[in-house]
Amino acid sequence: MSAYFIRRILWLFPVLFVVALITFSLMHAAPGGPWDRDLSSRQVDAGTQKVLNAYYGLDKPLWRQFTAYVFGDVSSTTDKFVCGLVCGNLGPSYRVRGSTVQDILFKPPKGKGFEYSRFGYSLRLGLISLVFAIVLGIPAGIFSALKQNSLIDYLSGFISSVGISIPSFVMAIFMIIIFATTLHWVSVVPKSWDEAKAWVLPAAVLGFGTLAFATRLTRASMLEVLRQDYIRTARAKGLHENIVVWRHMLRNALIPVVTILGPALAGLVTGSFIIETMFSFPGMGRAYVTAISQRDYSMILGTTLLYVLMVSLANLSVDFLYVIIDPRIRLEE
Amino acid sequence: MAVDNMKTNKVVALNALEKRRFRTPWQEAWGRLIRNKAAVLGVVLIVSFLFIAAFANVLAPHNPLQLNSGKDFLPPSWIETSASGKHGDPEFILGTDTLGRDVLSRVVYGSRVSMMVGFAPTLIIMLVGTFVGLMAGYYGGRWDNFLMRLTDVMYGFPDLLFFIIALISLRDTWLGQFMNGLFLLFFALAIINWVGVARIVRGQALSLKQKEFVEAARSIGVKDSQIMLRHLLPNALGPIIVQGSFLIPGMIITEAVLGYLGLGLKPTTNPDAFFITSWGSLMLDGQTSINAQPYLLLAPAICVALVVLSFTFLGDGLRDALDPRMRGRA
Repeated sequence: MSAYFIRRILWLFPVLFVVALITFSLMHAAPGGPWDRDLSSRQVDAGTQKVLNAYYGLDKPLWRQFTAYVFGDVSSTTDKFVCGLVCGNLGPSYRVRGSTVQDILFKPPKGKGFEYSRFGYSLRLGLISLVFAIVLGIPAGIFSALKQNSLIDYLSGFISSVGISIPSFVMAIFMIIIFATTLHWVSVVPKSWDEAKAWVLPAAVLGFGTLAFATRLTRASMLEVLRQDYIRTARAKGLHENIVVWRHMLRNALIPVVTILGPALAGLVTGSFIIETMFSFPGMGRAYVTAISQRDYSMILGTTLLYVLMVSLANLSVDFLYVIIDPRIRLEE
Repeated sequence: MAVDNMKTNKVVALNALEKRRFRTPWQEAWGRLIRNKAAVLGVVLIVSFLFIAAFANVLAPHNPLQLNSGKDFLPPSWIETSASGKHGDPEFILGTDTLGRDVLSRVVYGSRVSMMVGFAPTLIIMLVGTFVGLMAGYYGGRWDNFLMRLTDVMYGFPDLLFFIIALISLRDTWLGQFMNGLFLLFFALAIINWVGVARIVRGQALSLKQKEFVEAARSIGVKDSQIMLRHLLPNALGPIIVQGSFLIPGMIITEAVLGYLGLGLKPTTNPDAFFITSWGSLMLDGQTSINAQPYLLLAPAICVALVVLSFTFLGDGLRDALDPRMRGRA
């Protein structure tokens, strides 16, 4: 089993490498260099471009740029070795002059803790929406399975099928129009993200799809368990209904639900950039969208790799968890 | 008399049984599908949206590109006075945008992109995915290994990120200019999604090739290509169709998200163009005036929601119809 996990962890590296390769080559397939794209501002003259290219190492052959990005290279201006991606160096941003990509993503404002960095904000939002989805979704699923075909079952079934199919950014539009522009319960652009009230709408919108999916899956797996022989046995030997539900049903029914947590977390991470942009949330996702519109190539590349790493880690940790909670699973391959 | 009656009843019952027995599995699935109200509603909506998309030039009340000066920012016709103090005009049912263009006409034209993006890449994906999946599942070996490793990498790459990166970096090349950027979008969508279909078909082929009827076919000397086409494919068709019907709403959502980010179709001002604007870019336009003019955002958002819901209903219905064991599962 540990061999399986070691293989899985080692498999992360080629995946990240291939993703870096694909992203890097696509970015460089774009015509022109990073200095001549911004047509709205003053153009950089040829001499300056040459200096800039030399400074950022863009005058080297493409394969050398790639190895410099991934492993590091000797800087041509200072003659010092600059470590690359393997040391967590995502390179300088082409648009936010003077700061590196990892500074933009991870450095909190002066005097604030890590949770106030862009990454920290996004992480908090993702975790809050995950908790929201689990805390509401699993009980809703359990309840609708126990009271199958009741009004509550139909209601939660309807809400979850709406939640699964309507994309989150369309949901965000509806929510903003209902709660912010019409009812004025929250403002569209909150003054400060320290207020708890400001977090409710983005977290709810972001978590709604996961909530719907968790409800559906819990219900389906509860219904499956309900019909098992051991439940009948438990009832027949006169166990209290609470014990039957809590100890016999839930323990078995929740195993498949755990499997969706990985994809769910991944969805929350990658789905967040639309939601963050719509709510002007100061997180990593909005920085990514801004980088897209400004064509800040190194920022896009670095953030993509970070996203991929997070998604892979989320999937991996859920696979670990799955094996731990379900002793029936044998991973031999 | 009573005995006679019983006899005829029995005959009728037997006839009914006989008739039922002669229904093919596809006919039975069809019967289950049209009994599913949500799925039928979905089909009706999809057909109407297809109709709107095909005849957008006839159905749109105005030219979607015509700027009506002095009539910008009009609210929908049923609203007396909007937040900005303008009055609704019955000529513009859903109002006008920042430049005074008719919102209804633009939304009608936007349906073309969504319908096209739903069907065109899906068709390519199904063909390629089925072919590769059948080959990998039936022959195994190198094809199979390659497919599996490829999917492992693809699963690690979040789809949306790939689309964004591909569209950004290639949009100024000839590939990105072709069909106003739509071709590149189709291409990116197809490249990511065929792998999932191939994996499903491979699974089907793997289990089907062990069955007796395939063995029987092989023993009488049927060619491999015939076995794949005549024996494996028809039996794997159910899951393929279900997968396809769930791919379509995903494509439409992706297009809307990308349009909202300002990628994908480039809105054009060429009046002869077939694709003028998309729901995603309409939402991007509407986003700036969300407080004063929420209708600009609401109209395309409701359309996206309706289309996606319809396809999901149809997909659920197809899954229940083609695989009754899956009924009611998530």
